[in-house]
Amino acid sequence: MRRIYLDHAATTATHPEVVKAMLPFFTDVFSNPSSIHSYGREAKGAVEEARTKVAELIGARSEEIIFTSGGTEADNFALKGVAYANEHKRNHIITTSIEHHAVLEVCKFLGRKGFRITYLPVDKYGLVDPDDVKKAITDKTILISVMHANNEVGTVEPVEEIGKIAREARVYFHTDAVQTVGHIPVNVRQLKVDLLSISGHKLYGPKGAGALYVRKGTRLVSLIHGGAQEKRRRAGTENVPAIVGLGRTVELAGQEIGKEAERLTYLRDRLIKGLVEKIDHIHLNGHPAKRLPNNVNVSIDFVEGESMLLNLDLEGICASTGSACSSASLEPSHVLLALGLPAEQAQGSLRFTLGRENTEADVERVLEVLPGIVAKLRAMSPLWKTQK
Amino acid sequence: MPDIWSLYSEKVMEHFKNPRNVGEIENPDGVGHVGNPICGDIMELYIKVKDDIIVDAKFRTFGCGAAIATSSMVTEIVKGKSIEEALKISNKAVVEALDGLPAVKMHCSVLAEEALKSAIEDYLERKKLKK
Repeated sequence: MRRIYLDHAATTATHPEVVKAMLPFFTDVFSNPSSIHSYGREAKGAVEEARTKVAELIGARSEEIIFTSGGTEADNFALKGVAYANEHKRNHIITTSIEHHAVLEVCKFLGRKGFRITYLPVDKYGLVDPDDVKKAITDKTILISVMHANNEVGTVEPVEEIGKIAREARVYFHTDAVQTVGHIPVNVRQLKVDLLSISGHKLYGPKGAGALYVRKGTRLVSLIHGGAQEKRRRAGTENVPAIVGLGRTVELAGQEIGKEAERLTYLRDRLIKGLVEKIDHIHLNGHPAKRLPNNVNVSIDFVEGESMLLNLDLEGICASTGSACSSASLEPSHVLLALGLPAEQAQGSLRFTLGRENTEADVERVLEVLPGIVAKLRAMSPLWKTQK
Repeated sequence: MPDIWSLYSEKVMEHFKNPRNVGEIENPDGVGHVGNPICGDIMELYIKVKDDIIVDAKFRTFGCGAAIATSSMVTEIVKGKSIEEALKISNKAVVEALDGLPAVKMHCSVLAEEALKSAIEDYLERKKLKK
Protein backbone atom coordinates (compact mmCIF):
# COMPACT_ATOMS: atom_id res chain seq x y z
CA MET A 1 0.00 0.00 0.00
CA ARG A 2 1.25 3.48 -0.87
CA ARG A 3 1.82 5.49 2.27
CA ILE A 4 0.53 9.04 2.29
CA TYR A 5 2.33 11.10 4.88
CA LEU A 6 0.30 14.10 6.03
CA ASP A 7 1.97 14.82 9.35
CA HIS A 8 4.71 17.26 8.33
CA ALA A 9 4.10 19.50 11.35
CA ALA A 10 5.27 16.57 13.47
CA THR A 11 8.40 15.96 11.46
CA THR A 12 9.66 15.67 7.90
CA ALA A 13 11.91 13.32 5.96
CA THR A 14 15.42 14.66 5.66
CA HIS A 15 16.01 16.04 2.16
CA PRO A 16 18.44 13.82 0.20
CA GLU A 17 20.56 16.89 -0.57
CA VAL A 18 20.80 17.57 3.16
CA VAL A 19 21.87 14.00 3.91
CA LYS A 20 24.47 14.31 1.16
CA ALA A 21 25.83 17.51 2.72
CA MET A 22 25.98 15.92 6.17
CA LEU A 23 27.66 12.62 5.36
CA PRO A 24 31.29 13.77 4.99
CA PHE A 25 31.12 15.27 8.49
CA PHE A 26 30.60 11.89 10.10
CA THR A 27 33.70 10.35 8.56
CA ASP A 28 36.07 12.50 6.49
CA VAL A 29 35.73 15.73 8.45
CA PHE A 30 35.00 14.21 11.86
CA SER A 31 37.27 16.70 13.61
CA ASN A 32 36.40 18.87 16.58
CA PRO A 33 35.80 22.48 15.49
CA SER A 34 37.70 23.61 18.60
CA SER A 35 40.89 21.85 17.47
CA ILE A 36 43.62 24.13 16.20
CA HIS A 37 44.90 21.82 13.45
CA SER A 38 43.76 22.14 9.87
CA TYR A 39 41.24 19.33 10.30
CA GLY A 40 39.61 21.21 13.14
CA ARG A 41 39.62 24.43 11.20
CA GLU A 42 37.83 22.69 8.35
CA ALA A 43 35.00 21.62 10.66
CA LYS A 44 34.90 25.08 12.23
CA GLY A 45 34.60 26.61 8.78
CA ALA A 46 31.64 24.36 7.96
CA VAL A 47 29.88 25.34 11.20
CA GLU A 48 30.39 29.03 10.49
CA GLU A 49 29.17 28.64 6.93
CA ALA A 50 25.98 27.02 8.24
CA ARG A 51 25.57 29.87 10.72
CA THR A 52 25.75 32.41 7.91
CA LYS A 53 23.11 30.51 5.93
CA VAL A 54 20.71 30.42 8.89
CA ALA A 55 21.30 34.12 9.55
CA GLU A 56 20.70 34.99 5.89
CA LEU A 57 17.34 33.22 5.75
CA ILE A 58 15.93 35.26 8.65
CA GLY A 59 17.68 38.56 8.03
CA ALA A 60 20.01 38.28 11.02
CA ARG A 61 23.78 38.63 11.45
CA SER A 62 25.66 35.37 11.79
CA GLU A 63 26.94 36.26 15.28
CA GLU A 64 23.31 36.43 16.40
CA ILE A 65 22.73 32.71 15.73
CA ILE A 66 23.34 30.10 18.45
CA PHE A 67 23.05 26.46 17.46
CA THR A 68 20.98 24.25 19.74
CA SER A 69 19.75 20.66 19.78
CA GLY A 70 16.42 21.77 18.34
CA GLY A 71 13.34 23.89 18.85
CA THR A 72 12.68 22.76 22.41
CA GLU A 73 16.15 23.73 23.58
CA ALA A 74 15.89 27.04 21.73
CA ASP A 75 12.61 27.81 23.53
CA ASN A 76 14.03 26.76 26.90
CA PHE A 77 17.14 28.83 26.32
CA ALA A 78 15.19 31.95 25.29
CA LEU A 79 12.76 31.87 28.21
CA LYS A 80 14.94 30.66 31.06
CA GLY A 81 17.97 32.50 29.72
CA VAL A 82 16.27 35.90 29.65
CA ALA A 83 14.24 35.29 32.83
CA TYR A 84 17.30 34.41 34.92
CA ALA A 85 19.43 37.18 33.42
CA ASN A 86 16.88 39.72 34.62
CA GLU A 87 15.34 38.17 37.71
CA HIS A 88 16.81 40.65 40.16
CA LYS A 89 15.09 43.54 38.46
CA ARG A 90 11.84 42.16 37.06
CA ASN A 91 9.79 38.98 37.34
CA HIS A 92 6.89 39.04 34.85
CA ILE A 93 6.54 37.04 31.63
CA ILE A 94 3.69 37.29 29.10
CA THR A 95 2.80 34.38 26.86
CA THR A 96 -0.30 32.81 25.30
CA SER A 97 -2.51 29.86 26.10
CA ILE A 98 -1.78 28.18 22.74
CA GLU A 99 2.02 27.96 22.84
CA HIS A 100 3.83 24.72 22.17
CA HIS A 101 4.62 22.70 25.30
CA ALA A 102 8.26 23.70 24.86
CA VAL A 103 7.19 27.22 25.86
CA LEU A 104 4.20 26.51 28.11
CA GLU A 105 5.97 23.97 30.30
CA VAL A 106 8.96 26.32 30.67
CA CYS A 107 6.57 29.07 31.77
CA LYS A 108 4.95 26.73 34.29
CA PHE A 109 8.41 25.85 35.59
CA LEU A 110 9.36 29.52 35.89
CA GLY A 111 6.01 30.12 37.60
CA ARG A 112 6.95 27.58 40.25
CA LYS A 113 10.32 29.34 40.64
CA GLY A 114 8.62 32.62 41.57
CA PHE A 115 8.12 34.34 38.22
CA ARG A 116 4.67 35.72 37.47
CA ILE A 117 3.26 34.43 34.19
CA THR A 118 0.37 35.91 32.20
CA TYR A 119 -1.25 33.48 29.77
CA LEU A 120 -3.16 35.52 27.19
CA PRO A 121 -6.36 34.14 25.68
CA VAL A 122 -6.97 33.84 21.93
CA ASP A 123 -10.08 34.36 19.82
CA LYS A 124 -12.02 31.55 18.14
CA TYR A 125 -9.48 31.47 15.28
CA GLY A 126 -6.54 31.22 17.65
CA LEU A 127 -5.43 34.83 17.15
CA VAL A 128 -3.79 36.78 19.95
CA ASP A 129 -4.97 40.38 20.25
CA PRO A 130 -1.93 42.72 20.28
CA ASP A 131 -3.98 45.05 22.51
CA ASP A 132 -4.13 42.31 25.14
CA VAL A 133 -0.35 42.11 25.01
CA LYS A 134 -0.07 45.86 25.46
CA LYS A 135 -2.45 45.87 28.43
CA ALA A 136 -0.64 42.98 30.11
CA ILE A 137 2.73 44.77 30.16
CA THR A 138 3.77 46.15 33.56
CA ASP A 139 7.00 47.73 34.80
CA LYS A 140 7.95 44.23 35.99
CA THR A 141 7.63 42.58 32.57
CA ILE A 142 10.86 40.96 31.34
CA LEU A 143 9.74 39.04 28.31
CA ILE A 144 6.87 38.42 25.90
CA SER A 145 6.75 35.06 24.11
CA VAL A 146 4.19 34.60 21.32
CA MET A 147 4.56 31.87 18.71
CA HIS A 148 4.81 32.91 15.06
CA ALA A 149 2.35 30.24 13.91
CA ASN A 150 0.52 27.60 15.85
CA ASN A 151 1.61 24.02 15.24
CA GLU A 152 -1.86 22.51 15.69
CA VAL A 153 -4.30 24.86 13.98
CA GLY A 154 -1.85 26.74 11.76
CA THR A 155 -2.95 30.25 12.73
CA VAL A 156 -0.28 32.85 11.96
CA GLU A 157 -0.07 35.37 14.81
CA PRO A 158 0.31 39.16 14.46
CA VAL A 159 3.91 38.94 15.59
CA GLU A 160 5.04 42.12 13.83
CA GLU A 161 2.47 44.20 15.68
CA ILE A 162 3.38 42.59 18.98
CA GLY A 163 7.06 43.18 18.19
CA LYS A 164 6.39 46.88 17.80
CA ILE A 165 4.57 47.00 21.14
CA ALA A 166 7.37 45.10 22.88
CA ARG A 167 10.08 47.32 21.42
CA GLU A 168 8.24 50.49 22.47
CA ALA A 169 7.80 49.12 25.99
CA ARG A 170 11.46 47.98 26.05
CA VAL A 171 10.46 44.43 26.85
CA TYR A 172 12.26 41.46 25.29
CA PHE A 173 10.23 39.62 22.69
CA HIS A 174 10.64 35.94 21.79
CA THR A 175 8.82 34.04 19.08
CA ASP A 176 8.76 30.30 18.51
CA ALA A 177 9.09 30.21 14.72
CA VAL A 178 9.57 26.46 14.43
CA GLN A 179 6.54 26.16 12.14
CA THR A 180 7.31 29.19 9.97
CA VAL A 181 11.03 29.54 9.26
CA GLY A 182 11.61 28.26 5.74
CA HIS A 183 7.88 27.84 5.15
CA ILE A 184 6.81 31.49 5.00
CA PRO A 185 9.03 34.60 4.94
CA VAL A 186 10.55 35.38 8.33
CA ASN A 187 12.67 38.45 8.93
CA VAL A 188 13.78 39.23 12.46
CA ARG A 189 14.20 42.97 11.82
CA GLN A 190 10.74 43.28 10.33
CA LEU A 191 9.15 41.22 13.10
CA LYS A 192 11.08 43.19 15.74
CA VAL A 193 11.90 40.10 17.73
CA ASP A 194 14.83 39.78 20.13
CA LEU A 195 14.78 35.99 20.22
CA LEU A 196 13.51 33.46 17.68
CA SER A 197 13.49 29.66 17.82
CA ILE A 198 14.26 27.50 14.79
CA SER A 199 14.07 23.74 14.28
CA GLY A 200 15.66 21.73 11.48
CA HIS A 201 13.49 18.63 11.30
CA LYS A 202 10.26 20.50 10.57
CA LEU A 203 11.91 21.70 7.39
CA TYR A 204 13.41 18.56 5.81
CA GLY A 205 16.50 18.91 7.97
CA PRO A 206 17.92 16.48 10.52
CA LYS A 207 16.48 15.96 14.00
CA GLY A 208 18.70 17.25 16.79
CA ALA A 209 19.48 20.49 14.97
CA GLY A 210 18.04 23.88 15.78
CA ALA A 211 19.02 27.43 16.51
CA LEU A 212 18.14 30.42 18.60
CA TYR A 213 18.41 33.89 17.14
CA VAL A 214 19.53 36.29 19.85
CA ARG A 215 19.52 39.94 18.88
CA LYS A 216 22.80 41.68 19.60
CA GLY A 217 22.70 43.17 23.09
CA THR A 218 20.12 40.75 24.49
CA ARG A 219 21.23 39.49 27.87
CA LEU A 220 20.64 35.83 28.65
CA VAL A 221 22.26 33.25 30.89
CA SER A 222 23.44 29.91 29.56
CA LEU A 223 21.64 26.66 30.24
CA ILE A 224 24.55 24.39 29.37
CA HIS A 225 27.90 25.17 30.93
CA GLY A 226 31.24 23.74 29.90
CA GLY A 227 33.55 24.62 27.04
CA ALA A 228 33.73 27.90 25.22
CA GLN A 229 31.67 26.85 22.19
CA GLU A 230 29.07 29.20 20.69
CA LYS A 231 30.81 32.21 22.29
CA ARG A 232 30.39 30.63 25.75
CA ARG A 233 26.63 30.68 25.43
CA ARG A 234 26.06 26.99 24.71
CA ALA A 235 28.77 24.57 25.73
CA GLY A 236 29.46 21.16 24.23
CA THR A 237 31.26 19.97 21.12
CA GLU A 238 29.23 21.11 18.14
CA ASN A 239 27.03 18.53 16.42
CA VAL A 240 28.84 19.30 13.17
CA PRO A 241 26.90 16.99 10.81
CA ALA A 242 23.56 18.27 12.15
CA ILE A 243 24.66 21.90 11.97
CA VAL A 244 25.91 21.45 8.40
CA GLY A 245 22.61 19.73 7.62
CA LEU A 246 20.67 22.64 9.10
CA GLY A 247 22.68 25.04 6.96
CA ARG A 248 21.89 23.12 3.78
CA THR A 249 18.25 22.81 4.89
CA VAL A 250 17.68 26.53 5.22
CA GLU A 251 19.56 27.15 1.99
CA LEU A 252 17.21 24.81 0.10
CA ALA A 253 14.16 26.23 1.87
CA GLY A 254 15.19 29.77 0.92
CA GLN A 255 15.33 28.76 -2.75
CA GLU A 256 11.88 27.14 -2.76
CA ILE A 257 9.97 29.18 -0.20
CA GLY A 258 7.53 31.22 -2.33
CA LYS A 259 6.79 28.59 -4.95
CA GLU A 260 6.33 25.78 -2.45
CA ALA A 261 4.09 27.86 -0.18
CA GLU A 262 1.89 28.63 -3.17
CA ARG A 263 1.67 24.97 -4.17
CA LEU A 264 0.85 23.85 -0.64
CA THR A 265 -1.74 26.59 -0.18
CA TYR A 266 -3.52 25.29 -3.27
CA LEU A 267 -3.49 21.70 -1.95
CA ARG A 268 -4.54 22.89 1.51
CA ASP A 269 -7.55 24.78 0.17
CA ARG A 270 -8.48 21.90 -2.10
CA LEU A 271 -8.49 19.55 0.90
CA ILE A 272 -10.48 21.92 3.11
CA LYS A 273 -13.06 22.54 0.38
CA GLY A 274 -13.39 18.84 -0.39
CA LEU A 275 -13.81 17.86 3.25
CA VAL A 276 -16.49 20.47 3.84
CA GLU A 277 -18.32 19.36 0.70
CA LYS A 278 -18.16 15.65 1.45
CA ILE A 279 -18.69 15.54 5.21
CA ASP A 280 -21.46 17.31 7.09
CA HIS A 281 -21.08 18.61 10.64
CA ILE A 282 -17.43 19.47 10.04
CA HIS A 283 -15.65 22.62 11.22
CA LEU A 284 -12.36 24.18 10.19
CA ASN A 285 -10.18 24.93 13.21
CA GLY A 286 -7.89 27.95 13.03
CA HIS A 287 -8.05 31.01 10.82
CA PRO A 288 -9.33 30.58 7.25
CA ALA A 289 -6.76 32.97 5.73
CA LYS A 290 -4.09 33.80 8.33
CA ARG A 291 -2.95 30.21 8.14
CA LEU A 292 0.17 28.18 7.44
CA PRO A 293 0.23 27.04 3.80
CA ASN A 294 0.36 23.37 4.77
CA ASN A 295 -2.10 23.12 7.67
CA VAL A 296 -5.59 21.63 7.60
CA ASN A 297 -7.25 21.11 10.98
CA VAL A 298 -10.89 20.11 11.22
CA SER A 299 -13.28 18.88 13.88
CA ILE A 300 -15.76 16.27 12.79
CA ASP A 301 -18.78 16.06 15.07
CA PHE A 302 -19.92 12.84 16.79
CA VAL A 303 -16.72 10.90 16.13
CA GLU A 304 -13.48 10.61 18.07
CA GLY A 305 -10.07 11.46 16.63
CA GLU A 306 -8.01 8.41 17.47
CA SER A 307 -10.50 6.02 15.92
CA MET A 308 -10.46 8.14 12.73
CA LEU A 309 -6.66 8.16 12.79
CA LEU A 310 -6.48 4.39 13.21
CA ASN A 311 -8.83 3.89 10.27
CA LEU A 312 -6.83 6.33 8.14
CA ASP A 313 -3.66 4.51 9.13
CA LEU A 314 -5.19 1.24 7.94
CA GLU A 315 -5.54 2.99 4.56
CA GLY A 316 -1.92 4.14 4.67
CA ILE A 317 -2.71 7.75 5.53
CA CYS A 318 -0.72 9.35 8.37
CA ALA A 319 -2.40 12.28 10.13
CA SER A 320 -2.72 13.53 13.72
CA THR A 321 -5.40 14.50 16.24
CA GLY A 322 -5.92 16.67 19.31
CA SER A 323 -8.04 13.99 20.94
CA ALA A 324 -7.41 13.08 24.57
CA CYS A 325 -7.41 9.40 23.64
CA SER A 326 -4.25 9.79 21.64
CA SER A 327 -2.31 11.74 24.23
CA ALA A 328 -0.46 10.28 27.16
CA SER A 329 -2.02 12.94 29.40
CA LEU A 330 -5.56 11.87 28.41
CA GLU A 331 -6.53 15.51 28.02
CA PRO A 332 -7.77 17.05 24.79
CA SER A 333 -5.52 19.55 23.01
CA HIS A 334 -4.95 22.72 25.07
CA VAL A 335 -4.95 24.69 21.82
CA LEU A 336 -8.39 23.54 20.70
CA LEU A 337 -9.81 24.17 24.16
CA ALA A 338 -8.26 27.66 24.17
CA LEU A 339 -10.06 28.36 20.87
CA GLY A 340 -13.25 27.67 22.79
CA LEU A 341 -14.08 24.32 21.24
CA PRO A 342 -16.36 22.11 23.34
CA ALA A 343 -14.60 18.96 24.55
CA GLU A 344 -16.38 16.67 22.09
CA GLN A 345 -15.24 18.78 19.14
CA ALA A 346 -11.67 18.78 20.42
CA GLN A 347 -11.95 14.99 20.65
CA GLY A 348 -13.08 14.84 17.05
CA SER A 349 -10.22 16.86 15.58
CA LEU A 350 -7.97 15.78 12.73
CA ARG A 351 -4.84 17.54 11.52
CA PHE A 352 -3.37 17.04 8.06
CA THR A 353 -0.08 18.84 7.43
CA LEU A 354 1.14 18.76 3.86
CA GLY A 355 4.70 18.69 2.62
CA ARG A 356 6.98 18.64 -0.38
CA GLU A 357 6.29 15.05 -1.43
CA ASN A 358 2.49 15.43 -1.35
CA THR A 359 0.54 15.75 -4.57
CA GLU A 360 -3.03 16.42 -5.56
CA ALA A 361 -3.55 12.65 -5.75
CA ASP A 362 -2.83 12.41 -2.01
CA VAL A 363 -5.47 15.03 -1.27
CA GLU A 364 -7.96 13.18 -3.48
CA ARG A 365 -7.18 9.92 -1.68
CA VAL A 366 -8.06 11.49 1.70
CA LEU A 367 -11.28 12.83 0.23
CA GLU A 368 -12.08 9.40 -1.12
CA VAL A 369 -11.41 7.52 2.12
CA LEU A 370 -12.37 9.80 5.01
CA PRO A 371 -16.13 10.19 4.38
CA GLY A 372 -16.58 6.41 4.60
CA ILE A 373 -14.57 6.23 7.82
CA VAL A 374 -16.66 8.99 9.36
CA ALA A 375 -19.90 7.29 8.28
CA LYS A 376 -18.78 3.98 9.78
CA LEU A 377 -17.81 5.56 13.10
CA ARG A 378 -20.91 7.71 13.25
CA ALA A 379 -23.05 4.63 12.76
CA MET A 380 -21.68 3.34 16.06
CA SER A 381 -21.65 6.70 17.89
CA PRO A 382 -24.27 7.38 20.56
CA LEU A 383 -23.81 11.12 19.90
CA TRP A 384 -24.72 10.74 16.23
CA LYS A 385 -27.90 8.88 17.18
CA THR A 386 -28.97 11.73 19.47
CA GLN A 387 -28.26 14.19 16.68
CA LYS A 388 -30.49 12.29 14.22
CA MET B 1 1.90 11.10 20.12
CA PRO B 2 2.84 8.03 22.13
CA ASP B 3 3.26 4.84 20.20
CA ILE B 4 0.15 3.18 21.58
CA TRP B 5 -1.04 1.72 18.33
CA SER B 6 1.80 -0.70 18.03
CA LEU B 7 0.77 -1.87 21.49
CA TYR B 8 -2.75 -2.70 20.36
CA SER B 9 -2.95 -6.47 20.04
CA GLU B 10 -4.17 -8.13 16.87
CA LYS B 11 -7.35 -9.02 18.72
CA VAL B 12 -7.97 -5.36 19.60
CA MET B 13 -7.40 -4.32 16.00
CA GLU B 14 -9.63 -7.10 14.77
CA HIS B 15 -12.50 -5.97 17.01
CA PHE B 16 -11.81 -2.35 16.10
CA LYS B 17 -11.98 -3.11 12.38
CA ASN B 18 -14.99 -5.42 12.65
CA PRO B 19 -16.84 -4.51 15.80
CA ARG B 20 -19.48 -7.05 16.84
CA ASN B 21 -23.00 -6.15 17.96
CA VAL B 22 -23.05 -2.51 16.93
CA GLY B 23 -26.39 -0.77 17.26
CA GLU B 24 -29.28 -0.84 19.64
CA ILE B 25 -31.91 -3.37 20.64
CA GLU B 26 -35.53 -2.49 20.11
CA ASN B 27 -37.42 -2.74 23.38
CA PRO B 28 -34.35 -3.59 25.43
CA ASP B 29 -34.65 -4.99 28.93
CA GLY B 30 -31.77 -2.89 30.17
CA VAL B 31 -29.71 0.08 28.93
CA GLY B 32 -26.45 1.41 30.34
CA HIS B 33 -25.03 4.88 29.57
CA VAL B 34 -21.54 5.71 30.83
CA GLY B 35 -18.70 8.14 30.16
CA ASN B 36 -18.55 11.72 29.00
CA PRO B 37 -16.97 13.54 26.08
CA ILE B 38 -14.41 15.26 28.30
CA CYS B 39 -12.59 12.04 29.07
CA GLY B 40 -13.16 11.06 25.48
CA ASP B 41 -15.37 8.00 25.65
CA ILE B 42 -19.13 7.49 25.78
CA MET B 43 -20.65 4.01 25.78
CA GLU B 44 -24.22 2.83 25.49
CA LEU B 45 -24.95 -0.83 26.11
CA TYR B 46 -28.29 -2.57 25.48
CA ILE B 47 -29.28 -6.00 26.78
CA LYS B 48 -32.15 -8.37 26.09
CA VAL B 49 -32.86 -10.79 28.94
CA LYS B 50 -34.90 -13.99 28.89
CA ASP B 51 -35.35 -16.16 32.02
CA ASP B 52 -32.45 -14.31 33.67
CA ILE B 53 -30.15 -15.10 30.74
CA ILE B 54 -28.72 -12.28 28.58
CA VAL B 55 -29.76 -13.42 25.13
CA ASP B 56 -28.59 -10.37 23.20
CA ALA B 57 -26.32 -7.36 23.72
CA LYS B 58 -25.54 -4.38 21.51
CA PHE B 59 -23.52 -1.20 21.89
CA ARG B 60 -22.83 2.27 20.58
CA THR B 61 -19.55 3.93 21.43
CA PHE B 62 -17.94 7.32 20.86
CA GLY B 63 -14.28 6.78 21.56
CA CYS B 64 -10.86 5.54 20.60
CA GLY B 65 -9.84 2.19 19.18
CA ALA B 66 -9.60 0.61 22.62
CA ALA B 67 -13.04 1.90 23.62
CA ILE B 68 -14.61 0.41 20.50
CA ALA B 69 -12.78 -2.92 20.91
CA THR B 70 -13.67 -3.28 24.60
CA SER B 71 -17.32 -2.45 23.87
CA SER B 72 -17.39 -5.05 21.14
CA MET B 73 -15.71 -7.66 23.32
CA VAL B 74 -17.90 -7.12 26.38
CA THR B 75 -21.05 -7.63 24.29
CA GLU B 76 -19.56 -10.87 22.96
CA ILE B 77 -18.63 -12.17 26.41
CA VAL B 78 -21.94 -11.34 28.03
CA LYS B 79 -24.20 -13.11 25.57
CA GLY B 80 -25.57 -16.35 27.00
CA LYS B 81 -24.52 -15.49 30.55
CA SER B 82 -26.94 -15.39 33.46
CA ILE B 83 -27.40 -12.06 35.24
CA GLU B 84 -25.47 -13.40 38.19
CA GLU B 85 -22.56 -14.48 35.96
CA ALA B 86 -22.65 -11.23 33.98
CA LEU B 87 -22.32 -9.15 37.15
CA LYS B 88 -19.04 -10.93 37.83
CA ILE B 89 -17.49 -9.95 34.48
CA SER B 90 -14.66 -7.58 35.33
CA ASN B 91 -12.68 -5.23 33.13
CA LYS B 92 -9.80 -7.66 33.56
CA ALA B 93 -11.76 -10.40 31.82
CA VAL B 94 -12.41 -8.06 28.88
CA VAL B 95 -8.73 -7.10 28.69
CA GLU B 96 -7.65 -10.74 28.81
CA ALA B 97 -10.09 -11.67 26.07
CA LEU B 98 -8.52 -8.93 23.93
CA ASP B 99 -4.97 -10.21 24.61
CA GLY B 100 -4.19 -7.12 26.65
CA LEU B 101 -4.46 -3.33 26.35
CA PRO B 102 -1.81 -0.60 26.61
CA ALA B 103 -1.58 0.77 30.17
CA VAL B 104 -2.93 4.20 29.16
CA LYS B 105 -6.01 2.49 27.70
CA MET B 106 -7.00 0.43 30.75
CA HIS B 107 -9.68 2.97 31.65
CA CYS B 108 -11.53 1.98 28.45
CA SER B 109 -11.99 -1.54 29.80
CA VAL B 110 -13.23 -0.10 33.09
CA LEU B 111 -15.78 1.89 31.13
CA ALA B 112 -16.91 -1.27 29.34
CA GLU B 113 -17.40 -3.02 32.68
CA GLU B 114 -19.31 -0.02 34.00
CA ALA B 115 -21.52 0.07 30.90
CA LEU B 116 -22.43 -3.56 31.42
CA LYS B 117 -23.10 -3.09 35.15
CA SER B 118 -25.20 -0.04 34.41
CA ALA B 119 -27.30 -1.98 31.86
CA ILE B 120 -27.84 -4.82 34.33
CA GLU B 121 -28.79 -2.40 37.11
CA ASP B 122 -31.29 -0.84 34.73
CA TYR B 123 -32.69 -4.31 34.00
CA LEU B 124 -33.01 -5.15 37.70
CA GLU B 125 -34.62 -1.80 38.37
CA ARG B 126 -37.21 -2.35 35.63
CA LYS B 127 -37.87 -5.87 36.92
CA LYS B 128 -38.56 -4.50 40.41
CA LEU B 129 -41.01 -1.95 39.02
CA LYS B 130 -42.90 -4.63 37.10
CA LYS B 131 -43.52 -6.66 40.26
